[in-house]
Amino acid sequence: MLNVHLYLAQRISAMVMAPLVLGHLAVMIYAIQGGLNAAEILSRTQGSLWWGLFYGLFVLAVSIHAAIGLRVIAHEYLKLTGGVLTAFTLIVGLTSLGMGGRAVIAVVM
Amino acid sequence: MSNQKENLDVSIWRGDASGGKHVRYQVPREESQTILDIVYYVQRYLDPKLSYRYACRVGMCGSCAMMVNGKPRWTCRTHVQTVLDGNKVTIEPLRNLPVIKDLACDMSEFFDKWRKAEAVFHPTKTRDDEIELISPDSPKRQAAAAAIECINCAVCYAACDVVEMNPKYLGPAALNRAWTLVNDQRDGAQIERLRAVAGDAGCHNCHSQQGCMTYCPNELNPTLSIAGLKRVTAMAALKGKI
Repeated sequence: MLNVHLYLAQRISAMVMAPLVLGHLAVMIYAIQGGLNAAEILSRTQGSLWWGLFYGLFVLAVSIHAAIGLRVIAHEYLKLTGGVLTAFTLIVGLTSLGMGGRAVIAVVM
Repeated sequence: MSNQKENLDVSIWRGDASGGKHVRYQVPREESQTILDIVYYVQRYLDPKLSYRYACRVGMCGSCAMMVNGKPRWTCRTHVQTVLDGNKVTIEPLRNLPVIKDLACDMSEFFDKWRKAEAVFHPTKTRDDEIELISPDSPKRQAAAAAIECINCAVCYAACDVVEMNPKYLGPAALNRAWTLVNDQRDGAQIERLRAVAGDAGCHNCHSQQGCMTYCPNELNPTLSIAGLKRVTAMAALKGKI
């Protein structure tokens, strides 16, 4: 239940995620060098437009990528089709975007 | 051969669309015996009501494919000694296709999908035109040549887990044929074909598990053909052509 447009959206979102995942892992390794605490993380992220864009883009890419991936599984294993499958895809995507966006706002604002 | 008089323990699925069961037969083992020889023997000497399909017996017509010990095979070219489990052989109708009776499947849906995939040549010339010269060395001709020797046996279709999970999926055979036509410079329906294979049931549903390639009796690689279709349709979509 994947057409070329959904396929492209999933592949492009994967291409966006790949460098962001590497960046996230690199920062994690750097950030825990002196121990891990919330204050240190927030001091780096709060008020930072750069980290807001970094993780905002990451959440957007994950929401698109995961919603399309789960759409395929929902069709093949749960046999969802038509409007129900579209609704499922949108709910997964928008829920991921909402929860991820809320987390980004919480650490940046 | 020392064990010519041994019997094979053969289990054949008997039934129709409403259901069925395995029936066991004792079939004498012979030298160079094929799975089709076994089925033929059962129908000729043990149970004349057994239904199955074959024509050429030499691996050209694509009509005798069945599941043999759980795997799709062209039975006329499958030697018993290569698939034997002890002295047991289980023969069933092809997976992913509706059964008509016993080992004969209804191939309608399989071939309908070839038409849905625009896996049909659309000529651009008439018999009055000059024959178009195509270099055998051109990359497009070589890509087509690598996929062209399909005998429509449906072994790849039976091997495909995506067809099982997503019955509307066009399947490896139809998409493989479409790929040969995408690479045919004489064809006049390229955009229509790309649209046909880029829809909800099209090439992008393939998970590249390569069951088709593993079992294709002619050693074709439909997964590679489908990857080619994914690439070409993605580029066409980005350029706004489909």
